[in-house]
Amino acid sequence: MPTQLLDSLKFHGQALLLRSQRQGLLAANIANGDTPNYKARDFDFGKALAAAVGVSGISGTTQPTNGSATSPASSLNGSHAKHLNASQGGAFVTNATEGPQYRQSEQASGDGNSVDMDRERANFADNAIRYEATLRFVNSGVRTLLTAIRGD
Amino acid sequence: MSLTQIFGVAASAISAQSQRLNVVSSNLANAETVAGPDGQPYKSRQVVFQTAAGPGDALPGVRVSRLVEDNAPGKRVHDPKHPLADKEGYVEQSNVNVIEEMVNMISASRSYQNNVDVMNTARTLLSKTLQLGQS
Repeated sequence: MPTQLLDSLKFHGQALLLRSQRQGLLAANIANGDTPNYKARDFDFGKALAAAVGVSGISGTTQPTNGSATSPASSLNGSHAKHLNASQGGAFVTNATEGPQYRQSEQASGDGNSVDMDRERANFADNAIRYEATLRFVNSGVRTLLTAIRGD
Repeated sequence: MSLTQIFGVAASAISAQSQRLNVVSSNLANAETVAGPDGQPYKSRQVVFQTAAGPGDALPGVRVSRLVEDNAPGKRVHDPKHPLADKEGYVEQSNVNVIEEMVNMISASRSYQNNVDVMNTARTLLSKTLQLGQS
């Protein structure tokens, strides 16, 4: 069984799902840009992905989301005693928070709305392009599998 | 699937913003109105937005919860020859603030465009997802 290929597909599939959830949250923030007392919500993609796939699971990298200081880390399989233990250093933080959280607004508004439209639009565009990138990874995995199945 | 939910959320926002635009246009049209069907001067109206939380953990959209009328007194213009002038010769016009309504209009149209953009992005992403595995 091509377990590595399937693992990679599973990883990118999970990432795709989280990307689409984040895209939905950002769309809801933009839609409620004029609603009084609405609080903008978002989640840390890196932490959510780490929680979804598990730290010791598939090796993969996390992209830092909108400049937050998430160190790029991957859990490496050591095959030699002198290999560096990556999990001690900049590994994923496991205590990922449950569900979306409310975003801190930088400029308070009089009607209690905490949507920063510039930030939401920037995050929306950023997340869309990252979704497409993940989609390409999934697509290439699927096409590789198809090639292996057909054998031509 | 969150991407398909985006259509519903963005559509609710577009609908709410277009209601707001409708109310603005009604206010602007009646800015100079002296008396409505009930004999009273026109009162400026505003929409009130509310988050429309769906069932479960569905993404929240927007809806117009109610329309409020501004009860501030209207402009009083001295025009004794006007048929609706009172004893002192004053006519009460609507209390619409045209400048505020123009600002409201620009804000509504920008929010509308924003949500159309959101919908377009979601559509592009979904159609690319549908092409998954095709050459």
